[in-house]
Amino acid sequence: MKMKKLLLAGLLIWLAPQVNAQDKNSGDVLIKNATVITITNGTLENTDVMVRKGIITEIGTDLKAPKNTHTVDASDKFLMPGIIDAHSHLALEVINESSSPITAEVKMGDVIDPFDISIYRALAGGVTISHAMHGSANVIGGQNVTLKHRYGTRDPKKLIMEEAPRTIKFALGENPTRVHGRGKNLQPRSRMGVEAVIRNGFEEALQYKAVWEKWNKEKQNKEVNSPPPTYNSRLQTLVDILDGKIIIHCHSYRADEIYMLIQVCRSFGIDKIVFTHANEGFKVAPELAKYTMGASVFADWWAYKFEVYYSTAYNAAILTKNGVVTSINSDSDELIRHLYHEAAKTQRYGGLSEEEALALITINPAKQLGIDKWVGSIEVGKQADLVIFDNHPLSIYAIPQMTLVDGVRYFDRDNDQADQRLKIDPKRFPDPFRLSTGEHKCMHDVDMLFTKNYQN
Amino acid sequence: MKMQRNFFGNSFDKMRKINLVFWCICLLVSHGLRAQIDGEVIKPYKANFLLTNAKIFTVTNGILEDTDLLIEEGLIKSIGKDISHENHTVIDCSGKSVYPGFIDSGTSLGLVEVNSIAETQDYMELGKLTPQMEALTAVNPNSVAIPVTRVSGVTTVLTQPRGGYFPGTAALINLNGYTPDQMYGGFKGVIMNFPSGVRSGRYDNRSLDDIQKAKTKALDEIDALWDKAATYLSIKNKGGEIDYYPEMEQLSRVLTTELLLLIEVNAAKDIVSALEWIEGRDLRVVLTGVAEGWKVADKIAEAGVSVITGPVLALPTRDADNYDAPYNNPALLHEAGVKVALRTNDTENVRNLPFNAGFAAAYGLGSADALKAITLNPAEIFGVDDQLGSLEEGKNATLFIADGDPFEPKTQIQQVFIDGYRIPMTNRHIRLYQEFLDREMKP
Repeated sequence: MKMKKLLLAGLLIWLAPQVNAQDKNSGDVLIKNATVITITNGTLENTDVMVRKGIITEIGTDLKAPKNTHTVDASDKFLMPGIIDAHSHLALEVINESSSPITAEVKMGDVIDPFDISIYRALAGGVTISHAMHGSANVIGGQNVTLKHRYGTRDPKKLIMEEAPRTIKFALGENPTRVHGRGKNLQPRSRMGVEAVIRNGFEEALQYKAVWEKWNKEKQNKEVNSPPPTYNSRLQTLVDILDGKIIIHCHSYRADEIYMLIQVCRSFGIDKIVFTHANEGFKVAPELAKYTMGASVFADWWAYKFEVYYSTAYNAAILTKNGVVTSINSDSDELIRHLYHEAAKTQRYGGLSEEEALALITINPAKQLGIDKWVGSIEVGKQADLVIFDNHPLSIYAIPQMTLVDGVRYFDRDNDQADQRLKIDPKRFPDPFRLSTGEHKCMHDVDMLFTKNYQN
Repeated sequence: MKMQRNFFGNSFDKMRKINLVFWCICLLVSHGLRAQIDGEVIKPYKANFLLTNAKIFTVTNGILEDTDLLIEEGLIKSIGKDISHENHTVIDCSGKSVYPGFIDSGTSLGLVEVNSIAETQDYMELGKLTPQMEALTAVNPNSVAIPVTRVSGVTTVLTQPRGGYFPGTAALINLNGYTPDQMYGGFKGVIMNFPSGVRSGRYDNRSLDDIQKAKTKALDEIDALWDKAATYLSIKNKGGEIDYYPEMEQLSRVLTTELLLLIEVNAAKDIVSALEWIEGRDLRVVLTGVAEGWKVADKIAEAGVSVITGPVLALPTRDADNYDAPYNNPALLHEAGVKVALRTNDTENVRNLPFNAGFAAAYGLGSADALKAITLNPAEIFGVDDQLGSLEEGKNATLFIADGDPFEPKTQIQQVFIDGYRIPMTNRHIRLYQEFLDREMKP
């Protein structure tokens, strides 16, 4: 019996790579006769898009494919840029390093899990890039990593979008005060303490920076007669934020805390900040428009905790109409699979135009992640992250048909097979049953300490 | 008073804003009040309404173009061409569609206010055996989520307790009323959580033997309770003396088939054992959840049991399953011959029911059957199809007007009626929008 099980497990492990849907082509493809939703340059009927070595080289009509270039007929179909999720936790082995209110030194790039089936499922929903974030347990959490969904690789590094600038997670409100204040009797216990933690952190970083600058100057002038100051990765990261080298993505809900951090950032000369969730962002929309890189919000999540009780599904519309760079994110392995539908909800709640609605999941999150030079729209010179839909992507009847990253096909509905796992744990056979409908993952790894719910 | 008017603005951007002012004016005119005052509250009100020139999705009798629908005394008085309008408030529905109110067959609406705050959670009692706990008792008619839900066209929901073997009795409620009794939709059913014999979730490291043992033990306990309920009933029927025993009293009402038993079961293997458990028991049963129903759809169809499934927008239950398994589930059950109703299993976002139906429609169920899964099918399952679930003369005037396909996000739901009450098309989300869209004080 036991032998039989082992044999079966062995067989499964051997089979796993064979069922992987990725075809290892060169990133050359010609997509023909599509309705091309460029995002930045309107919608083009019956248009071809040429991709060479993963880059969009030509957009036009009657383009001819060079020899041996794969052609995709997209007649009666819609082509749009790959969807970008500015707030995700997929493909991460751990999410929270909850040991201190500031853990700026930790990096999500160190805990990438290329075997996460959620990557494939996100691709099946047209999502080509996700911002894999630290959780919301700490006021200043770890450094995030921007992933390209090159599913099939076993090398975590190959999932990283190398061009993407550094970003870091901040978190305000209930989560850090619950974990540290109520959980450990450490500051912050209140929203007052949250501000203090950030200000103290930045002030300490300025002192640290001054010590190094002094030593470096002395060294330059050859006056140095002391060993270099002790390197501190946490403080150096805060210095990098102050120097504008890192974009802050701050978990936040209430208008008062959003306003607080805007004021703190202004006083330290920081302008690279995006507010994520920002359920009450609509109340300070003019401030967000004036002083920040925008807000990344849910289409309709509310009332799962007290700080989101006074929310509105019209948030994204109000923000957009006030000139805030706005995106719709998932924070969930479930929701990430239908961000096009989440974006469509802004047409019901606030009547956004098709262009405005689709910008929420393409060019706007690209701007917030600092990657809009390379992705987020269909333009010559940009990376060929593309998705083909059978209907207009904002229609409820739209089904993603094919998803390409760097011109390589990673999802094709016509060739979709059941088991897309890259690794099978023989000890977990049969595959465990799980009911999940959008578990919020921000409090992953720490939630069990404080609540029965997986609240973000 | 007679009034004829096109209630619908053309620009959706401005619609909400205009709407509120407009309703205020309409209400004031119709009630003959004086001027609008700050903080004026708009209430649902009952009148005789004539909806004219509508495209009527009857569900039971096809789609009727250019047709009138007359609402009197809270009921659909008549449906037809050119109904004469006397003493009616006329609503011109040219270019609009009229649908029966949508029914969500599984929610916690009214039982929870803020999900993470224990003080506002009223869906779970202590103990494994509490079938007599009435969800209807704990429904808060003033929950903020109720107006947020009903403007989406979802007019009626099953609200249900959770936890234990028999967590309590679910109730069908209409989303209008000041007391639970005014909201009551005419159906109650006892919930049963069927014991699971599968490994579930990331942290379940039990051996397969241990899992099976745990399931057998739980089933034995349930069977013992069932025998006890049978004994209780038999003593009662013979006129014997019985102590106050509300748990058994409620279970015995399931045994007499007075009450429907809603069996929550999700994994394929568990569904099969639930069907075996039902077999030979003379009960009225519906299976709920049924996430892996597609794997055993033929067996469910063979047993002739109806299913309430959802949410459709859910992750596959196994890592090895197709990414779209939950999207396809309703269609595959339907194709096998199972009567399917849909649920969101949600509280604050029950408004997403039409989108769940839309996904099911796109992934094989088709629009007509997806519409049935949130109208007629649940009405039949709950035995209230004489009142709800379709647009027919004599049924409750629980319906709504939309400017297009209500499954499409861009469609606006323009007016909801519940039992003939015109529902104010506003809620806290809309009021916040109106206040903050263009803030007065800028930075």
